[in-house]
Amino acid sequence: MFQSLFPRDVFAELDRLQREMRESFDLSPSIRGLGRGGFPALNVGGTPQSVEIFAFAPGLDPATVEVNFDRGVLSIAGERKPDLPVEDGGKAAVHINERFTGRFRRVVSLSDDVDPSGVSAAYRDGVLHISAKRRESARPRRIDVQ
Amino acid sequence: MSDTTAVTRNERGSRTDATQRTDAAQRNGSALIPPVDVIEDSTGITLRADLPGVPRDKLTLHVESGTLTIEGEVGLAVPENMEASYAEVGVARFRRVFTLSKELDTDKVSAELKHGVLNLRIPKAEHAQPRRIDIKVS
Repeated sequence: MFQSLFPRDVFAELDRLQREMRESFDLSPSIRGLGRGGFPALNVGGTPQSVEIFAFAPGLDPATVEVNFDRGVLSIAGERKPDLPVEDGGKAAVHINERFTGRFRRVVSLSDDVDPSGVSAAYRDGVLHISAKRRESARPRRIDVQ
Repeated sequence: MSDTTAVTRNERGSRTDATQRTDAAQRNGSALIPPVDVIEDSTGITLRADLPGVPRDKLTLHVESGTLTIEGEVGLAVPENMEASYAEVGVARFRRVFTLSKELDTDKVSAELKHGVLNLRIPKAEHAQPRRIDIKVS
């Protein structure tokens, strides 16, 4: 189990508590790891025609983001370069460092009715919006009674 | 006649309740805290904040009596009739307040928003800038 480096660090204890709560509630995590808390945060929604995925990934160069769709599994990968100054003899001091840096990868398995050729992605205001069309045959239809 | 008046009054009453509730929700700060980086060098402070999904017109920066408030609303192009099935970002609002120190020149704050990252530069006031003092040799 996670142990705090400083035994009386209240925030570390709260963090541990939160982690244990999450683990105890989520009894069967996905095979690709615990879902929540990764970078980028994901919102998923659906319409009768498409599946919409929003990845909250600010500060990326859209050209370096890799979006792959392979056998029903969508993966979003990339890297966020650190933009903090390197230690230069104490001239610049970093007071708060909370923003994510480094490589990231998130994987979502989509439903079977998604058409692999109908996946499009757009990056706007730091949000990657992936829209995957459902196959024509899988869309809900109204059947006329004759 | 009297029945109708009662109904309208009720309707109006419930409507104000609803608006008051949303106002209260907005004021009470059911908002996300954006992660930030704060870097200080000899001429000022640089603040970077992650505000994904916040367009420029929905971001407000407010400096008042020594505090800096960053507030933004997420504006996503969500298709109509979309049903959310899974959400990690449940609140469409960011808010964070910082206390500034006296030597910072709040009149010369510059801000830039690019790809959902706010880059804020607060320079130090003239008198607080480091100076090199020449020593005269007599």
